[in-house]
Amino acid sequence: MPTVHFTDAEGSVRDVQGNVGDSVMETAVRNGVPGIVAECGGSLSCATCHVFVREDCVSQLPPMEDMEDEMLYGTAVDREDTSRLSCQLRLTDELELFVTTPETQV
Amino acid sequence: MGTHAVEEATDSATVPSRTGLLIIGASQSGVQLAVSLRALGFDEHITLLGDEDHRPYQRPALSKEFLQGMVGSESLIFRSNDYWTGHNVDLVKGEYIARIDKEADGTGVAHASSGRQFPFSRLALAVGARARKLEIDGSDLDGVLYLRNADDALALKSRVGDAQDVVVIGGGFIGLEAASSLQKMGKNVTVLEFGPRLVGRAVGDETAEYFLQAHRSRGLDIRLNATAARFTAADGGGEKPHGVAAVELQDGTVLPAQIVLIGIGVIPNTQLAEQLGLDVDNGVVVDRFALASDGTTVAVGDVANMPNPVPGSAPGERIRLESVNNAIEHAKVAAYSLTGHRAEYAGIPWFWSNQADLKLQIAGLSNGYDQTVLRRDTERGKFSVLYYRQGQVIAADCVNAPLDFMDVKNALAKGQNIPATAAADVATRLKIITTDS
Ligand SMILES: Cc1cc2nc3c(=O)[nH]c(=O)nc-3n(C[C@H](O)[C@H](O)[C@H](O)COP(=O)(O)OP(=O)(O)OC[C@H]3O[C@@H](n4cnc5c(N)ncnc54)[C@H](O)[C@@H]3O)c2cc1C
Ligand code: FES
Repeated sequence: MPTVHFTDAEGSVRDVQGNVGDSVMETAVRNGVPGIVAECGGSLSCATCHVFVREDCVSQLPPMEDMEDEMLYGTAVDREDTSRLSCQLRLTDELELFVTTPETQV
Repeated sequence: MGTHAVEEATDSATVPSRTGLLIIGASQSGVQLAVSLRALGFDEHITLLGDEDHRPYQRPALSKEFLQGMVGSESLIFRSNDYWTGHNVDLVKGEYIARIDKEADGTGVAHASSGRQFPFSRLALAVGARARKLEIDGSDLDGVLYLRNADDALALKSRVGDAQDVVVIGGGFIGLEAASSLQKMGKNVTVLEFGPRLVGRAVGDETAEYFLQAHRSRGLDIRLNATAARFTAADGGGEKPHGVAAVELQDGTVLPAQIVLIGIGVIPNTQLAEQLGLDVDNGVVVDRFALASDGTTVAVGDVANMPNPVPGSAPGERIRLESVNNAIEHAKVAAYSLTGHRAEYAGIPWFWSNQADLKLQIAGLSNGYDQTVLRRDTERGKFSVLYYRQGQVIAADCVNAPLDFMDVKNALAKGQNIPATAAADVATRLKIITTDS
C-alpha cells in the first residue's frame, strides 16, 4: 500500500496509507490531516493543497503541468523548488512519499 | 463531555439521548461546521444529519468530472468513517427533518419524517438549497432532469448512454458545466437561455460574452432569449409513462431531446426556519456571526442570508452566496459563535467553474462596480476582467489565467489595489503593479 508521511510546519508527523490512484490531497483530507485545506476538491482551482516534497522523492512524481505551475505562484506560503499541489499527485503502487505541509494554506 | 447519542444510524426504534449540537444538512457547510468545531476544541457530542442516503460528498464534480466518468463516487466523499467516529460525530443518513420543537433556551427536538426524534441542546441549519423547478407542459415526463445532488447525477448518468440529443435549460454555471461535459461525451447539446446573455448576474457582460463566443466556437449550440414552451413525448401520451422526445420553444422551434436537463437556479431550504418562526428573506437571515434571529440557532452556507462580508460593501447590504468557499468560511464563523467566540467572516469570496477547457476563477464580488479593465492574452488563451469601484479593484473574473486570479485574490485579502490604468498590460504580472491602496 502506498504511504504518505505528512510533516506539519511544527515538525509532527502523520503517516497515512492510501489507495493506488487516489491523490495525495484526497488521502490527507479523508483522514483529516490538518495541513491540507483543498477547498476545490482537486480541480486545480484553489492552491490550498500545497506541499513541499522531500528532495529525494521529487523524481518519483510526474512533472507538473503549466496550470499547476501558475497556481503555485499564488500559494499562501511562498513556493519553493520542491513545491507541488498535492491534488495533482497520484499514489502509485509501493509509493513512499514524504511531504511537509506549509504553515498556512489560506 | 456531552451525552452520547445512539451509535446505530439504522436502529430506528431507539430514541437517542440529547446531542450537544444537531447539524441538519450533511453537506459542504454542515461537514465544515463539524470539522471546525472539533478543531476549536468543542467537546460536546455532534450529530451530523442529512436526508440523502450517501455519505457526505462534494457537489462540484457532479456536473464536471463525475458526470464525465473521470472520477468515481469514492473520490467525492469528504471524510472517512473513521474520521467521524474518531471525532465523536454521529453521521445520520437518510433522515428528513420535517418539524422542530424548540425552547427559548435553544434546546429542542427535531422530528424526522420516519418518526425518529433527535433531541438537541443546540441547533445548526445547514440545509442548503434545492433546484428551482420549471413547471410547464410535460415537465413530469421521464427524462426531464435536474442536477443538485448525487441521486440527480446518477439518474442523469444512467440515461446518457441511450441519449443522443440533450437540451439544457438555463445558461448558468451548472447548465454550462453539464452542457460542456455532455458535449464532451459525444452528445448533441443545445443550451436554451431565456435571458439575453449567459450566466445571469454572476459575471459581468464581458465575461458572459467571452463564454458565449468560446462555447459557440467549440460547437455548443447556445440560444439566447429562448424560452421552452413545452416538453413532448414520442407519441400522444396514453396510460404508460413516456420519455421526453422533444422540446418545443415559444417561437415554435422543435428540438429533439431524449434528455432535458434543467438548471435555472436554486431556492434556499427555509421551510424549517419558517416553521421555527425565524426571520426569513431569501434564505435564513443571520447576523455577522451566523446567528439566526432567535440568537441561538446558527444557519450556514447556501441557506443563509448574511450581511455582505466584503470590506467596503454598503452598510446593511445583505447577500446569500452559493459556493463551496462560502460554505466553508461561513461554517467557520458559526463554529466560532458556537464556542463562545466572535469571529467575523474572513477571506475574500471566490468561486470556480470548469467548462470544457475553460477554467473560470472569480475572486471577490463585483456587485456595484463602475469600471472594468480587460486583460486579454489572446495568444496564450488567457482572459481576465478586473472590476473597480471608485478606482479600487473589487473583483476579477479570470479564464485560464490562474496567476491573475491569485494576484487579485491576494491583493483583495491584503486591502491593496491594482491601478486600473496599468492592469490591461499582459506583459506585466498584476502582483508587480499592486499598491498599498
Ligand atoms: C452540480 C453542482 C456543481 C457545483 N459546482 C460548484 C463549483 O464549481 N464551485 C463552487 O464554489 N460551488 C459549486 N457548487 C455549489 C456548492 O456545491 C454549494 O454552494 C454547496 O454545496 C453548499 O453547501 P451547503 O452545505 O450549504 O448546502 P447543500 O450542499 O445544498 O447541502 C444541504 C444538505 O441538507 C440536506 N437537507 C435539506 N433539508 C433537510 C432536512 N429537512 N432534513 C435533512 N436534510 C436536509 C440536503 O439534502 C443536502 O444534502 C455546485 C453545486 C452543484 C449542485
Ligand atoms: S485541491 Fe484545489 S488546487 Fe488542489
